[in-house]
Formats: sequence, C-alpha cells, structure tokens
Amino acid sequence: MTVALFIEYIIKSVLILAVMTVGFAYVTYYERRALARMQTRIGPNRAGPFGLLQPVADGLKLIFKEEFSPIKADRLLFMLAPVITVIPAMIITAVVPWGGVVNIFGYQVPLYLANVNVAILYLGAIASISVYGIVLAGWSSNNKYSMMGGIRSTAQMISYELALGLSFVSVTLLAGSMSLVDVVQAQGAHGILGWIVWNLSQPLGFILFIIASLAETNRSPFDLPEAEHELTAGYHTEYSGMKFAMFYMAEYIKIIAMSMIASTLFLGGYLGPFVDQIPWLGPIYLFIKTMIMLFIFIWVRATLPRFRYDRLMAFGWKVLLPLGFLNMLIAAVITVLRGG
Amino acid sequence: MFVVELGRGLWTVFRQMFERPVTIQYPEIKRPVHTRFKGRHNLHRYENGLEKCIGCSLCAAACPSDAIFVESAENTDEVRYSPGERYASTYEINMLRCIFCGYCEDACPTEAITLGDNYELSFTDRRQAIYTKEMLIDPVPTDGKTTPQKVPPHSFDRSIPVMENPKD
Repeated sequence: MTVALFIEYIIKSVLILAVMTVGFAYVTYYERRALARMQTRIGPNRAGPFGLLQPVADGLKLIFKEEFSPIKADRLLFMLAPVITVIPAMIITAVVPWGGVVNIFGYQVPLYLANVNVAILYLGAIASISVYGIVLAGWSSNNKYSMMGGIRSTAQMISYELALGLSFVSVTLLAGSMSLVDVVQAQGAHGILGWIVWNLSQPLGFILFIIASLAETNRSPFDLPEAEHELTAGYHTEYSGMKFAMFYMAEYIKIIAMSMIASTLFLGGYLGPFVDQIPWLGPIYLFIKTMIMLFIFIWVRATLPRFRYDRLMAFGWKVLLPLGFLNMLIAAVITVLRGG
Repeated sequence: MFVVELGRGLWTVFRQMFERPVTIQYPEIKRPVHTRFKGRHNLHRYENGLEKCIGCSLCAAACPSDAIFVESAENTDEVRYSPGERYASTYEINMLRCIFCGYCEDACPTEAITLGDNYELSFTDRRQAIYTKEMLIDPVPTDGKTTPQKVPPHSFDRSIPVMENPKD
C-alpha cells in the first residue's frame, strides 16, 4: 500500500463520515418540510433562509441538554448502547460506490471506498448490529417500556431480516457477484435496455427491499421499538441530550444508507445519462436517486399507521418470506435463461 | 384489496402536497380577532382628552382574580384628569393574574375600561406583567388636550360625570 493510497482512503473515509453526518442533519430538515407539506403545513422556515439552519439549532439544543441516566441503570451499557447503534450506521455505506473512476490531477481515483467482494454480506451483517444497541439500550435503562421496545426490536428483526436477505440473494444471482461495484456495472452492462430489463425483473424484490428496510430502520409503519403511543418512545425513553441525539442520528443515517443501497441494488446506483463521459455525474445521479428513495420513506411515514406487533411477525413470515422465495425463483429463472 | 387501499392512501397523501398550506405565518400575518374578543384592557378618554376613569375601584372590587389595583386622588380645577370628583392616580393590572373575564368592563360606571383586541401579551420578567396606566390608556384624541388639564372653575361640579343610558 503506497502512501498515496493510504491518504486517499483516509480522505474518502472522512468524506463519507462528513457526508453522512451532515446528511443526517439535513434529512431531518427534509423530512420535516416534506411531512409538513403532506399535512398542508409549511414546516420549519424560520431559522436562516428557508429554515436551512434549523438542524444546526436542533443540534445546539441537544448539546446543551442535561445528560441524565436512571438511578438503577447499567451505566456502562447505558453509555455504550448509543455508540453500538450509531457506528454500524456510519460505516455501512463504505461499500456503496458513489461513481466510477475519476481523474484527479493525473491520479486515477475510484469514487468508492472499498470494493469488497462480499459487500452484500457486509451490508446484511453490519445492518443487523445496530439492533444490539437498541436491545442493550432497552435493557440497561431499567425501564419496562424501554425493555419492551428492545424486545420488540429483536422480534421484529427475525421477521424482516429474511426478506431483506432474500432480496439481496436475487440481486446477487442476477449480477453474478456480491460486490456492489459489480452489481452497478451489471445493471449498466447492456445499456439503457439492460437497465430496464433489470428493473422489470425485480419489482417484487424492490418492494420487498423497501418494506424490509422500513422495518430495518424502525420507521413507520414498523416503528414498534419506539412506538410513542404504546411505549412512550420505547428503547430511548430514558435517553437525553447527546445520547438521544446519537440514536436519532443512527436512525436517520440508516435511512440514508438504506436509500443509497436501494438505489444501488435496484435503481442503477450512480449510472445515468452521460455518466461514461463525465464520471463526476455519478455522485449526482446517486444523490438524486437517494433523494427519491428518502421521499418514499417520508411518504410512507406520512401515510401508514403503525402495524400491530403480532401482525408484523405474521406479515414477515407468511407474506414477505414466500414472496422473497418467489422473487429468488424469478431471478434464478432469468439467470438460467440468460445463460449465466 | 389491501394493496389497492394502500395505493389510494399513498395517493391521497401525495395529492395533499399540492394543496395550499393552511399555516398562517403569525408575526407577519395577523388574523383579525372576532367581535367581542377579550384581549388587553384599554382605558378610554373623552373627546376633550379627559380620562373616563373616575378612580372608583369598582373594577378592582369586581375582579375575581384580584388583578386590578386602583389608587385614586382628588381632581381640582387647576389639575384635572377626569370630569368627576376623583381620578385614578395609579391604575395597574397584573396580566399574570388577569383571566380576561371582562367583569371589570361590566362593573365600570363610566365605560372607562374595555377589553380590546390586543392579545400580544408576552413578558420575560414578572415585573413586566404589571401594566400601568400609561400603558393601558388610549392616546389623546386629535381635538383634545392631554391630562392634567387646567379648566375654568365650576365647569365640572358633579362627583361623577353625566352619563347617557347604555345603547346596546
């Protein structure tokens, strides 16, 4: 590993962390504005032009809040749980390609941090770690509502992770690789036609992925671990200040990550018109696709009420899992017909 | 069918995005208050500029939350504030106590106090919640003079001014 490569990795890592953190702040703003419009309100528009400084104001407020922990809480785990939740969310997008190879001052730089050959397994593995943080937060708070939120989180996970995994499997079958760079290139291999065929063959997989990622990120209608009305905010009831902000951050960064992964697996990632000639268009296309995916997340939140706990499990096992197998079958048939 | 209902719900929410927001941007746009709205109190003047309040303290007596404090003093022809025998030298309303019931308005014999349409009562300190006579009283009418006035002797001899019967 040359020094130049080392510096390149550090710059890319810092860039990803910075984009994710700033992205988190502005996704909250985006969500509040979009949600407000869906409810025929205006949303935050006071702090700065168009309310663009609202996330800064919220962040400052949370920094100055009192750090509080319950008297019989397990202090170590109580402090550790938000960290366990936020770190996987920060590192999950390391394998998502932002674009092709660009030329910076005569130096060929690929616009992705890591081209891992098991990137899809990495996604599945890292995405599940944050559930530990949620369960530990619920358990260490010494609060019955937090505990129930944590337990719900585990039960929810075993019902949607399979569907998520099966939608990954069908993409892997079609692409013939687990690397996300290869997945994107497989979508662009046969031009615009190949991209359309890819998407037409995977609508079921895409919908399964969206449903599973809604559950993965604890978003409405699957926000059972943090159900405000039943569990008084569930696993983060006892958290305040920056520790609460970290849970909040983990949730929103995971939404961004899931949107990026969905765009990469099903919407062609950084591919778009003229991206072969101008590789810098790659991140812009990925950004636009991610924004559309984020809009879907917000839209679903504005529309659907929360699922009942047992119905989510029944839905996961009796509907999503068979549909996932069906989708895998479709992908397998297409792969055989294509002669792969 | 579940999926169709889901789609209808999503479509309804999406359509809402193109409706006009119902939000009223408050400090810039103020909605007019309703008739008979009970906001901050106003102390009124006659056309000649004399104060209607004669310092009788009936409003303070009627006040259920004891928010009004009135201290009265004697008028003379040299220093005249109101057409009656006495005037309110101090008139204070504690807006933290006031419940905006309007009993002071009903109790007033000279229709000197009414509850107006100002609802922007905010303060950062308890002392600021006490509204004094200077803050409550109306500005002097254009063809009147400010109080205290110097009036010809024996022009106001009654202990309370002449009042018409209420019209409404």
